[in-house]
Amino acid sequence: MTVDDRFGQDYRETLEERSHGARNEIITGPVSDWATDFSHAEPEWAADPYPIQDELRERCPIAHTERFGGGWLPTRYEDVAAIAYDTEHFSSRAIIMSNFRPPPEMAPVGASPPISSDPPFHHHARKLLLPAFTKSAVAKREAATRAFCHTLIDELEGQDVVDAARDYAQHIPMRVIAEMLGFPPEDGARFRVFIENALEGVNLPPEERLARAQKLFDYLLTQIRDHIDHPRDDLTTYLINAELGGHKLDPSHVAGTMALLLIAGIDTTWSAIGASLWHLAKTPADRARLVAEPELLPTAMEEFLRAYAPVTMARLVKEDMHWRGGDMKADDWILLSFPAANRDPAQFERAGEVVIDREVNRHVAFGLGIHRCVGSHLARMELRVALEVWLARIPDFSLADPAAVTWAAGQVRGPRTLPIRIG
Amino acid sequence: MKVRISSERCQGHGRCYDLAPDLFGEDDEGYGQVVGEGVVPPDKERAAGLAVSNCPERAIEIL
Ligand code: HEM
Ligand code: SF4
Repeated sequence: MTVDDRFGQDYRETLEERSHGARNEIITGPVSDWATDFSHAEPEWAADPYPIQDELRERCPIAHTERFGGGWLPTRYEDVAAIAYDTEHFSSRAIIMSNFRPPPEMAPVGASPPISSDPPFHHHARKLLLPAFTKSAVAKREAATRAFCHTLIDELEGQDVVDAARDYAQHIPMRVIAEMLGFPPEDGARFRVFIENALEGVNLPPEERLARAQKLFDYLLTQIRDHIDHPRDDLTTYLINAELGGHKLDPSHVAGTMALLLIAGIDTTWSAIGASLWHLAKTPADRARLVAEPELLPTAMEEFLRAYAPVTMARLVKEDMHWRGGDMKADDWILLSFPAANRDPAQFERAGEVVIDREVNRHVAFGLGIHRCVGSHLARMELRVALEVWLARIPDFSLADPAAVTWAAGQVRGPRTLPIRIG
Repeated sequence: MKVRISSERCQGHGRCYDLAPDLFGEDDEGYGQVVGEGVVPPDKERAAGLAVSNCPERAIEIL
């Protein structure tokens, strides 16, 4: 056996390269006009972005901002779809709209393939992951996920008010992805810190954000080395051994994909479970109907994903161009709001309402085109099982204190504090 | 009635095989496939319609 020496000095050097990017002036504080000065990092957006998006769709469907070094926010389904499909003019080199743009040389691979990759590389990086995430592959995890949900509910016993985001929703995707990657399940609390660093606080100084990302990559390196010494049947060993075009993957590709799976796998699903429970806690008629008709849950779940789509992506404009009325400059951000597209009345009837038996629901919560969420089948399984178990065990519940509910700020949105009365 | 999936457009969202498992299946990467020749028996026409109208990529055609 040859020693795998990819995870020594090379690993450090590629991380170092990532810090060579463009920085811009950080602008924070109240938004003066959402059409010309939007920011997804302000508390008003986190608390309730939908009225802002609905108003923009009417008044200025491709809004602009000078913040974050310049960016655009389309709110019509049609425009969001066109950008998701147009990888020739819009790059995924960066997908978190912040005050730092990674260097152009990072394309077409990017820091966390495949989400940060452009064609033609993207296809190969994505193909590596697909088999582990098909509907039948993730079905094998359903029984263990269900048992884990029951354990979490058992632990709520004896309390009148519980925090459904902190004590239930968050743990489910953490446990599942830790198992798939082969990480110790008790590291969950550390994952939460990594996620907050990656996805929230986008207006912190880039140096601070890079230093925090370093901690995640140090953690991943420990896991990678442990897997090199003790190979296992999990995604980490799979990625260490995987080959593209006859070569093992670059060390930064291995670590970047692991970081992606850890972060994309947890925060998103946690948000979807939390938002669904929040809706049911504040809408007794929908809750009662789902308790009485559990077979409606798969349909209702798609509606929760539409109405409370947790994930917004970003793109970078490749070259200066005039696009649908906007003078876009190279490296301008596009804040690609799948949530706004999902509430466009031109695409959905009663777009602003939650209709739990909606039969025609071509929502885009998992994106469109080549970057369609690799984890969508896994996320759907987790969301369905989490809601089934909760509704079966705790059919009667309500919001304990609507004003105490808090929502994550940034591009992944869901409840982070969710006090629910269960007793 | 027959159904067909455009493999150019399909991205493997799997709404078709969720909603109409008798008519559609997944390949080993999760892309949708029609079962057999794609012939839709009369009692599956409603399910076929649901798959068409829920595919986010508009990849399913009714022939
Ligand atoms: C409800 C939960 C989830 C939502 C709403 C969601 C949403 C999304 C969206 C919108 C994209 C498209 C990105 C783009 O267009 O740039 C995406 C990509 C991705 N997601 Fe998810 N996601 C969820 C759960 C998960 C889970 C559980 C995993 C895996 C453990 C995962 C892994 C990925 C990966 C690997 C990609 C990149 C795909 C590519 O670029 O080809 N996601 N997700
Ligand atoms: S629903 Fe559409 S995109 Fe998804 S697998 Fe079926 S045909 Fe493909």
